Amino acid sequence: MTMTKEHAPSADLPEALFSVPGMHCAGCIAKIERGLTATPGIDSARVNFTAKRVSISHDQGLTVPDLVAAIGRLGFDAQPVLDPTTLVKGEESKGLLKALAVAGFAAMNIMLLSVSVWSGAEGGTRDLFHWLSAMIALPTIAYSGRPFFRSAWMALRHGRTNMDVPISIGVILTGALSLFETIVHGPHAYFDGAVMLLFFLLGGRTLDSMMRDRAREGVASLLKHTAPGALVLDKDGRTSWVDAKDLARGMTMILATGERLAADGVILKGESRFDLSLMTGESAPVTLGVDEMVHAGTLNVDAPLEVRITAVGADTAIADIARMMEEAGQSKSRYVRIADRAARLYAPAVHTLALLSFAGWMMAGAGWHGSLLIAVAVLIITCPCALGLAVPAAQIVAAGALMKKGVLVKDGSALERLAEVDVALFDKTGTLTLGRPDPTNIDALGADDAGIALALARASRHPLSQSLRRALEERHATAADVSGLRELAGFGVEGVWLGHSVSLGRPTDGAATAAMAVELTGAGAAVLLTFEDKLRPDAATVIAQLRAAHIPSAIISGDRAAAVAPVARMLGLTAQTGMQPEDKLEAIARHTAAGAKVLMVGDGLNDGPALAAGHASLAPASASDAGQNAADAVFLGDSLMPVITCIRVARATQAIVRQNFILAIGYNAIAVPLAIAGLVTPLIAAAAMSGSSLIVVANALRLKGSAK
Amino acid sequence: MTGILLLIPIALGLGLLGLFAFFWSLKSGQFEDLDGAGLRILIDEDEEGPQP
Repeated sequence: MTMTKEHAPSADLPEALFSVPGMHCAGCIAKIERGLTATPGIDSARVNFTAKRVSISHDQGLTVPDLVAAIGRLGFDAQPVLDPTTLVKGEESKGLLKALAVAGFAAMNIMLLSVSVWSGAEGGTRDLFHWLSAMIALPTIAYSGRPFFRSAWMALRHGRTNMDVPISIGVILTGALSLFETIVHGPHAYFDGAVMLLFFLLGGRTLDSMMRDRAREGVASLLKHTAPGALVLDKDGRTSWVDAKDLARGMTMILATGERLAADGVILKGESRFDLSLMTGESAPVTLGVDEMVHAGTLNVDAPLEVRITAVGADTAIADIARMMEEAGQSKSRYVRIADRAARLYAPAVHTLALLSFAGWMMAGAGWHGSLLIAVAVLIITCPCALGLAVPAAQIVAAGALMKKGVLVKDGSALERLAEVDVALFDKTGTLTLGRPDPTNIDALGADDAGIALALARASRHPLSQSLRRALEERHATAADVSGLRELAGFGVEGVWLGHSVSLGRPTDGAATAAMAVELTGAGAAVLLTFEDKLRPDAATVIAQLRAAHIPSAIISGDRAAAVAPVARMLGLTAQTGMQPEDKLEAIARHTAAGAKVLMVGDGLNDGPALAAGHASLAPASASDAGQNAADAVFLGDSLMPVITCIRVARATQAIVRQNFILAIGYNAIAVPLAIAGLVTPLIAAAAMSGSSLIVVANALRLKGSAK
Repeated sequence: MTGILLLIPIALGLGLLGLFAFFWSLKSGQFEDLDGAGLRILIDEDEEGPQP
């Protein structure tokens, strides 16, 4: 039910995609879709609630900022999704889901036929049922087996082996031998076993892939997308909106207060302070004036500016960091997951065992047909059904538990690596601290002053105003009736309240105050409101608990020593300061060379390479896009507690995975001798296989409450 | 035997029907927004504004 106006043809209209993280109920869906459809120029709007996105098809005349404003008028913050190709398409999950559906259909119907055979169908009836089973099973193996065959083939071609090699060989051999049995009117066909195996394994794969999609969707909807574009001034003094990808060197951008730069440039006109915290980790804003360089991704705090673009896209300083991140991330892609490590031992053992039983029975004179049948029974019974489910099942349940606690884990290997860390390195600004100024003496304000401050702060996009507004609203202050609100660039906001002139702005005795203070002239005397970047709640507890878990911590920060020292002292940590992204990489490399497995926790763009290089890494949801993309898991909310939760859950998951392995091995220890002795009929194979799978899944479900 | 000859194709046919229905629903995007689909039933249709 897309909301579409009746008259408008929907073809040929441009589509725009926006991320709207603020929607949380059916009312929001209705409000956004109806509100947007009622807006002139918008033809239709469709909400995807799962991804928290809206796609809008609109007339040519509307620009991205117009649409953001239209969504803003409905009371939602929106971010344009510039490059829809970066979105998670979920193609892999979809493919697996189809394969799973086919395998499920086939397994049910073949089982129906097999039950009749087991319960005593003879002669022609049995042959008919075997042929029907073959007709269903062989196309199913060809279709649903592809994910395994592909991965096994890739591994073999590179001279390696993984879990999918024994699976593929087992399934293909079973299918082929069962077909032969059917042709020669044999009593046993294992079509049901082969297809059921595929069904169980695909179940694990599908859930695993859906979990990854979900976490990636979650992270994608948090991304702030650097800057969508800029207002560009052309030669005859007109301004127009240009998307970030169309910006070019030499253009002049007009940068409003509170806007992020979309490209590197030189300031032509004006002076302002810039928030570089996501770039360099520096907590205090830096004042920059005419002829000074400003970088894409930094935030203009004070006054509007004109900036001439000197570098765009791949030439910007951000892009350099992105390249460094890519190189740093390569060590992580070499990590071998636990299931594949197990398969390296498991696959050769299974194949040798099957070969030996074939050779043994041949020598015992069972004939090549009987011997082959037994060898295949060994392959089927040892096929790592439980092993293939043991790891994904545990990791999916754990990731689900973490997601409920506001931690998005990107994939299963992240959980494996998180469980292994033994050193933690923290960035300061935005990681140990909240990375935003919080008012420290707001409670000193009288009721009148608080009301006036709220009314004034609402009128400005300056970060300090926004923070003051948030703090006052949390304390349920009601805005006073201030008229004539006016924002003065570089100074602040002023207005009139009951005939008095009131203002909120830069402190008048400038020398006395650092960058983080505003002066309120309200009902009485002027009040100086100071701000500081507070520690995250629970930061001290987290460091203490890490120490208790034998994980020593340290700070690596890009900020000045004077700014880092109080934090380091408060938490009792050693700190390195003034670090460039390369220095952070080097610090991690030093630890790694000493045999440590580093957990990197950071948020900034400057942490990106370090996050990619760490054995495991975490980023808060307030992190830069680069930080979130590089981290293994992203946690929501202000508290630092998720760091501990993550490690605890990851370790619990590893314990369950190990138990599952032991269960699977125990099952094999009982079943394999039976198979080698030639006692395994298709009925026993089917029962053993589903039984062992159910046991490991049930064991994995115990992780459900692990994040509590 | 004749009963079986009739019943087996029917059973398989019904199963296949279900399988194709699933493929169709997957293709037509009904699995794109599972959370949203659950919430949309709560939206009142007969508010202001034209309906498709």
